[in-house]
Amino acid sequence: MTEHLKMDKVQPRMLDETGQGAIHKPMTRPEGPLKVSGTATYAAEWSLPNMAEGVMVRAAITKGTCEIDESSVKDMPGFVGIYTDRMVRNSAQGTMGTNPVQPEGEVHYLGQPIAVAVAETLEQARDIAQSLAVKYTPADGAKTVMDDSTEFEDDDDPVDMGDLDKAMSEAAFSIDSLYTTKPHNSSAMEPHAAVADWEGDRVILRGSLQMLGFNKNELADSLGIDVSNVRILSPYIGGGFGSKLGISPECVAAAVASKKLGRPVRVVLHRNNVFEMITLRTETRQRMRLACDADGKLTAIGHENWQTNLPGESMAEPVDVATHFLYGGENRRYGQHIARLNRSASGAVRAPGEAVGQLGLENAMDELAEAAGIDPIEFRVRNIPEKSPESGLPYSSNALAQCLQEGAEMFGWSGRKGPKERLEGEWYLGMGVASAARSNILMESRANVTLNPDGTALVQTDMTDIGTGTYSILGQIAAEMLGIDPSKVTVELGDTDLPEASGSGGSWGAASAGSSVFLGAKGIRTKLAERLGCSPEELRLQDGVATGANNRRPLAELMDGPITEEGHIEPGSTSNDFEQAGFGAHFAEVAVNKVTGEVRVRRMLAAMAAGRILNAQTARSQVWGGQIWGIGTALTEEIQHDRRTGHIVNNDLAEYHIPVNLDVPDLDVHFVDERDDQSNPMQIKGIGELGLSGAGAAITNAIYNACGVRVYDYPATPDKIFPHLD
Amino acid sequence: MKPFDYIRATDPAAVQQAGGRIIAGGTNLLDLMKHQIETPATLVDVTRLEMTEIEQSENSLRIGSLVTNSELAAHETVRRDYSVLSRALLAGATGQLRNKATTGGNLLQRTRCPYFYDTTQPCNKRAPGSGCQAMEGANRILAILGASDKCIATHPSDMAVAMRALDARIEVESATKGTELLTMDEFYVLPGDNPEVETVLQQGDLITAVHLPAAPAGRQSYRKVRDRSSYAFALVSVAAIVNTEGGKITDAALAFGGLAPRPWRDSGVEEVLIGEAPSEALFDKAADVLVADAKGHGDNDFKIPLARRTMKAVLSELTGVS
Repeated sequence: MTEHLKMDKVQPRMLDETGQGAIHKPMTRPEGPLKVSGTATYAAEWSLPNMAEGVMVRAAITKGTCEIDESSVKDMPGFVGIYTDRMVRNSAQGTMGTNPVQPEGEVHYLGQPIAVAVAETLEQARDIAQSLAVKYTPADGAKTVMDDSTEFEDDDDPVDMGDLDKAMSEAAFSIDSLYTTKPHNSSAMEPHAAVADWEGDRVILRGSLQMLGFNKNELADSLGIDVSNVRILSPYIGGGFGSKLGISPECVAAAVASKKLGRPVRVVLHRNNVFEMITLRTETRQRMRLACDADGKLTAIGHENWQTNLPGESMAEPVDVATHFLYGGENRRYGQHIARLNRSASGAVRAPGEAVGQLGLENAMDELAEAAGIDPIEFRVRNIPEKSPESGLPYSSNALAQCLQEGAEMFGWSGRKGPKERLEGEWYLGMGVASAARSNILMESRANVTLNPDGTALVQTDMTDIGTGTYSILGQIAAEMLGIDPSKVTVELGDTDLPEASGSGGSWGAASAGSSVFLGAKGIRTKLAERLGCSPEELRLQDGVATGANNRRPLAELMDGPITEEGHIEPGSTSNDFEQAGFGAHFAEVAVNKVTGEVRVRRMLAAMAAGRILNAQTARSQVWGGQIWGIGTALTEEIQHDRRTGHIVNNDLAEYHIPVNLDVPDLDVHFVDERDDQSNPMQIKGIGELGLSGAGAAITNAIYNACGVRVYDYPATPDKIFPHLD
Repeated sequence: MKPFDYIRATDPAAVQQAGGRIIAGGTNLLDLMKHQIETPATLVDVTRLEMTEIEQSENSLRIGSLVTNSELAAHETVRRDYSVLSRALLAGATGQLRNKATTGGNLLQRTRCPYFYDTTQPCNKRAPGSGCQAMEGANRILAILGASDKCIATHPSDMAVAMRALDARIEVESATKGTELLTMDEFYVLPGDNPEVETVLQQGDLITAVHLPAAPAGRQSYRKVRDRSSYAFALVSVAAIVNTEGGKITDAALAFGGLAPRPWRDSGVEEVLIGEAPSEALFDKAADVLVADAKGHGDNDFKIPLARRTMKAVLSELTGVS
């Protein structure tokens, strides 16, 4: 049977009544011991009998055509084959569900996959890939730089409310600033990898992918086969951050080669290939125009952006996504302009939109607060609107003011001074704040939940755990609803033969997959209530014992066999009738070296309101990840393209600088207690991307507060700071 | 990776006889082989040779070339008498790499220039005569001093910068010339027209040790400016040993990393300082000499003022000028 819910109206707060105590509190990951002992098998670790090894061949020109000379390598040791058909030039964009292959022989960017070289061993395959003779015919008209001379595709229907120009000119205070951010790579620890094997007409793909329901359709599309002939297994994923949302080139290449060879083929992307062949986050230019009256009330918000992508790619970074609902002001204007460049495709990287958009907005808010002579926290609080300023919708919940104020108290904000007023040796110290916001999303999702008479349970869904803690929270939700200890619940994920879930992305995984498990367990509760002779509302399940209608029975006595129920959640009208978002406030204290301009973060605090917190430990880890990524976006991370060729020159983890341990100070996380009744039957909101939204801006605002240098061009490497110091 | 023969050498003569590429820690060479930037037919593993000792005598310290970066940084005498070296070592790479990387191998690290690493692109160092993409390309981490119009690669080592300030000499067991002791300026060759040649080492030559002279008088410092706190190559680094007596600088040794194709030392800088009373004006004068011939290539222009600032700050720290 299926317990189905379309989220059209507020649901009872069941998880506040159940009383097993399996949720809310910190709980470690059930799969953690497997991961730290090397016994959780990741895609690249599968070794199948008679498996061949594939290595991707990358294009060495920016634009044109290529002809591959297989004869140049076919006598090399271990040669098995070179395959060029059905190449995908970059990974599918998230939630596409389709992934058309490109014509053979076309090159659209330097580093694009043009072939896969297959050999008996990895070393041989790599040698063959590097030795393969390729004849290139470069084409004219390659574009590799976004600058003032670039032609842009403008969005057809930009939002333009009121009269921004007039409001700017009449305002008591205004700022008009240009911010730029560099491209980012997801840099998941586990590189993209696939092992493909065919059973007749059906391909079994072991991959590292975030959204199997979409991915199976994408792979079927790329291969030109029916989706029923695709099975994808992805039970463990070493980080995704958006880079594994869509089927990527190594999956299709492995499947094509395996089909032709009639043997399993493994293709693991080299880290250089991960940088070049997988979608990255676009660079952005953001023009921020803000105006306020003498009391610090915003009258105008303008957030216009310029960005890049490959010709034909549908994805655009929604840079202004949070600006639409975060602050008030009647006059508002947005605009999006896309330059089509011959560089690796842009796609979703953790917190698409907010990750960079909040850098522009929250820096600009800091600038305007200073211009108006108002404390940055007070300034933000004054501008929190009653309802969403453009749609007019009520917020499902909005604890931004509480996050800012409780956070300020915890962080010691009252000790903040002005630029260059705190000097410790060579280091200027300062504090900064920024608001966090992230739209909350519910997606359709299904799961099977089985309760056994011995008090154990099984959760099954094709949902993924990309390191976020899905195994933990799905087990906890089932345990809480079924009144058993979480250790009694087995969670099976990452197999397209299981019920289709939302996948991991957009911070919707916990809400969507979690609700399906909640509903499946709720269906079981209904059956148990019937057997006990009470109403479902009366039923109490705790520690394997059912109580209700003056009856108290162990589960074993109520059940003559396992009970399995499917849970099925669908978004409903509450998604449209309310502005749903998580909110928060980031605080940072930094030290800026007055000689070299080096910035070191001293401490950070994130005060987060994301509805009910299912697991205080995995939620905190998510926020930590966001804070650390905030350090990266603010200070160190930038993909550098060669201006002439679009070549990604820093295509490894030595030169693409994600923060290292020494860059990461004490990170504090505070959860503001909240229930969001409109979000889903568990009253939770997404947390993963909220932790990143605004985190970098708190750091650059702290840099300004420390030394008086405003960072307009991210990241704030030493060369951007020291020239402005004495 | 190309197939290769592997020979484990038992004595220096065997190294010369084998005639292959020497491997010790392999922290750089294995990467270069995977990228097929280096494709040796034979690897000669020297890690079983007797070159693992740090020997102290009255007037010198002899560091076996197989001493790891971790061991050297932690050695009591090094920490006490050559602290600039210990600090430089700890500023480099990561704990894991330092455990594996050796003294001799560190001297021979190859550049981090991105064009050197992409075998589909021209690079005069990797493929002589093919051209330099870095000159007008992404050159933020590349050289402003000692470069040529063929190559602007930088030498990435921290350790070697401190050794340059310490007047280290490199002991080479040469196939043709017996045992030689080379200064670092003799050892490293500037790129000129042949950037593929980085040192005077010939086939079969083996670095057996590094000799440090008696502990220098004065205070020592190693300062490294970088994009993140650890595991990043120097934008600019300064190794400095300065002695002051009676209000005047009596000795000064300054070497620089991140600026040039080899650990950079300019005696002109030291001549400005020696015999003078330390002051900000004096440091400015010395900095003028340091960057007099410096040439930026766009992305790396900032290194010129950054080198000045960092050098002056180090001198202020060591002489107490505020």
